Amino acid sequence: MSTLLPFLANVIVGGLVLGFVYAIIALGYTMVYGVLQLINFAHSEVFVTGAVVGFEVFRVLKDSSMNGYLKLIIALLAAMLVSGLLNVIIERLAYRPLRGAPKLVPLITAIGVSLILQDVLRVLEGFQGRFDLTYTLPAGFAGKFCGPESSCAGLGQFLVRIGIDLQLKDVILVIVSLLSLAVLNYIVNRTRMGKAIRAVAQDRVTAGLMGIDGNRMISATFLIGGALGGISGVLFGMKFGTINAYSGFIPGVTAFTAAVLGGIGSIPGAVLGGLLLGVLEKLIGVFNVFGDLLGIKNLAVIDDSYSKLGAFIALVLILIFKPTGLLGKSNVEKV
Amino acid sequence: MTVATARPARPAAPDRTILLLLFFVMTSAALLVSHNGELLEQLGGLGRTLRNPIVEALMVSLFLANILFAHLWRAAPWAKALVGIGSLLFVLPMAGREDTSLLDLSIQIMIFAALALGLNIVVGLAGLLDLGYVAFFAVGAYAWGIFASPRFGEVLRYYGENPGATNAGTLAMGIVLTLVTVASLVVISRHNRRRAPTPATAWSFRLASVGLVAGVILTIRSILVLLSTRADSLANGIDPGFFWLFLALSIFAAAVVGVLIGLPVLKLKGDYLAIITLGLGEVIRVLANNLALYSAGSQGITPIKSASVPWFDAMAGALGFTEDQYYLLFLYALVLVMIGVILLVNVRLDKSRIGRAWIAIRDDEIAAQAMGVPLMQTKLIAFATGASFAGVMGMIFAAKQQFISPESFVLNQSIAILSMVILGGMGSFPGVILGAAVVTLLNLRILPGLGEATANLGIPQQVNPGQLQRLIFGAILVAMMLLRPEGLLPSRRRQLELHNDDNQEDESAQGNAGALNSASGDVYSAGFAPAKENDKAGGSR
Repeated sequence: MSTLLPFLANVIVGGLVLGFVYAIIALGYTMVYGVLQLINFAHSEVFVTGAVVGFEVFRVLKDSSMNGYLKLIIALLAAMLVSGLLNVIIERLAYRPLRGAPKLVPLITAIGVSLILQDVLRVLEGFQGRFDLTYTLPAGFAGKFCGPESSCAGLGQFLVRIGIDLQLKDVILVIVSLLSLAVLNYIVNRTRMGKAIRAVAQDRVTAGLMGIDGNRMISATFLIGGALGGISGVLFGMKFGTINAYSGFIPGVTAFTAAVLGGIGSIPGAVLGGLLLGVLEKLIGVFNVFGDLLGIKNLAVIDDSYSKLGAFIALVLILIFKPTGLLGKSNVEKV
Repeated sequence: MTVATARPARPAAPDRTILLLLFFVMTSAALLVSHNGELLEQLGGLGRTLRNPIVEALMVSLFLANILFAHLWRAAPWAKALVGIGSLLFVLPMAGREDTSLLDLSIQIMIFAALALGLNIVVGLAGLLDLGYVAFFAVGAYAWGIFASPRFGEVLRYYGENPGATNAGTLAMGIVLTLVTVASLVVISRHNRRRAPTPATAWSFRLASVGLVAGVILTIRSILVLLSTRADSLANGIDPGFFWLFLALSIFAAAVVGVLIGLPVLKLKGDYLAIITLGLGEVIRVLANNLALYSAGSQGITPIKSASVPWFDAMAGALGFTEDQYYLLFLYALVLVMIGVILLVNVRLDKSRIGRAWIAIRDDEIAAQAMGVPLMQTKLIAFATGASFAGVMGMIFAAKQQFISPESFVLNQSIAILSMVILGGMGSFPGVILGAAVVTLLNLRILPGLGEATANLGIPQQVNPGQLQRLIFGAILVAMMLLRPEGLLPSRRRQLELHNDDNQEDESAQGNAGALNSASGDVYSAGFAPAKENDKAGGSR
């Protein structure tokens, strides 16, 4: 028992850290969906683009004597800028001409855009002989957040005492996520633009009658969603170390599941869904440990390779039992 | 908006019988020459040009265009039949005798054509966007792959070594449990039909279902254990004579999987259905990757047998085919017959009550329901029909490749099939087949050919056309959606509907993007539900 509790605590904390990455990706989906009712399949590639930009920044700044946090901020800003602009361009070229078309049309276009971006990213990095991009993080980021020897106080000490093992980059990840959530919350709920975006999401035609330029607000939404994708890409790269042009798919689907789990279109829902799925994904590996402990062979087979199934099974169950998600509002169908 | 006036009758297309026959003879000759190694040797410089991969791809494409022209052009029926039968039954196999890869290519095209026809039912006719369609393909492939390869022996050996408490008694128990639960399921559902279902019947139904699953698992497990003594004799898989049984079984198995997947997910609509089928497709792939005992994991199963049909082999031998081409020729013939059957089924279904119900659901689900179309049942039939085509083709695919691994059943395959349906024209059978042929040719011949031809031109390896499949697929999808959303050969029914509808602007049928730009939300496109501009999911009203 004495080993099991810290183990479980570690799993849950690790899951929450992972969940923040999913939550930020999920926000990109949920914002676009909230405004356009479109599953932006290309978002997973926008997010990978952010990760690639982050990789390049870290690579270029590798030998400079700059502060590690400054490098991170530069990487985040660059990724936000590139991903945000990319998302706006995608919207302008691929989705705007299809405004008013049947729903399936932009959905298929989004799949097409995502395929195009995958190959473009692969070619761009391939020119430099790279495929799997391994992040070179600033020194210390990969180290322990609070080693037992170091003199750390407060929360760090508490975490160490109950046996939770955190790396510095995990803590940075959570802090960056929380900051971007706060900023997003401010933009959407407190600014004029946020109000306009919400109005367009409610009813584009009526918002237009009130003098709101729908297309501009949609562009703004794509810009914000892309910037969030950029942030999450850098965070994902930091967390997992490597990324390649095709690795957006699984986190993309997981994040979409998170968005649906929370109730798509709802910002708090996306965060909640992301956190839940992060923990769920980590918990699936626990079956293996229980199988070992209890000597049940069938359980021991369920290892990390099944962890991605958690998201899909969760998705099926959510959509069957509560299609509007945990925090989603029900939508009365009108004939 | 002007009231649509009657369209002037189109001038009759000129009769092109002569042109068709001429084209057929020329392209056939070109194909036969360009795939005959000996002849090419003798031709010297011309032979080397003909062996250029781009020229070869061009020859194949032109030859296949024959069949398209026979479909499109106005010509004497006998000429059309001659071109169709001649090219498929005579010229292609003869050219394939000289170059086996051509036979392989044509089988591949037809497999994808059948898959596209199946997906066309689901997406084009019933309007259910399925992004996990390749899962059914995988079911068929693994159903044959496991049994017709050394895998089966391995599975039996495993159960022989780990029998658990399974013996003849368990088998009896499992069978009894299965039969009892099936019987009670039938009784309960009959009861429910006569009287309103009560909580008690609902619960007993669920209980019986669980019992049924347990019974089936027990039975299969004990059969496997009891058979394990035969593991060595089955070291190379079961007798190829079982091919025909499995052909039937794979149709059935894929249809059952289609219903099982469809039952929970078909309540959903549009985007949600797309994402959930995508997820289920991935589930099947992850399972294939991880259930290493049955699927050999990522290594894949090999070698997989084909059927052995002695008289067919004898005939192929008499026609001058070599022994290692027998199974390809057999599969070519089989797939040809299958395509014929599937086309027939498609055409009949399209004109039947069910086909009309599918189209009604696609156009307006709520209106269809109000008119008495049983939604769930009709959608399930669409799912199961599409799945069964994929299942049987999966099996043929496994027999052709002699090797399957989870890599063959990834999301990109689903998207490739979807792009065939979209490219050709949703809901249109000739269009879908055309789409399958174009995409497969592009993938297997034209892009690799371009890649090979440009390999020495100093183009970097990264932008070699052979490597840019995703980019090209993506570009096809986007360009089609922007420019011509109804596809290359739109279905006739769709066109007629559009022309007779007073609410439509006439040009919308021509598929210009301009019609899509007008945000009237009334524009129809093959296979798409009408847009509802005010249909928002985010805010309740």
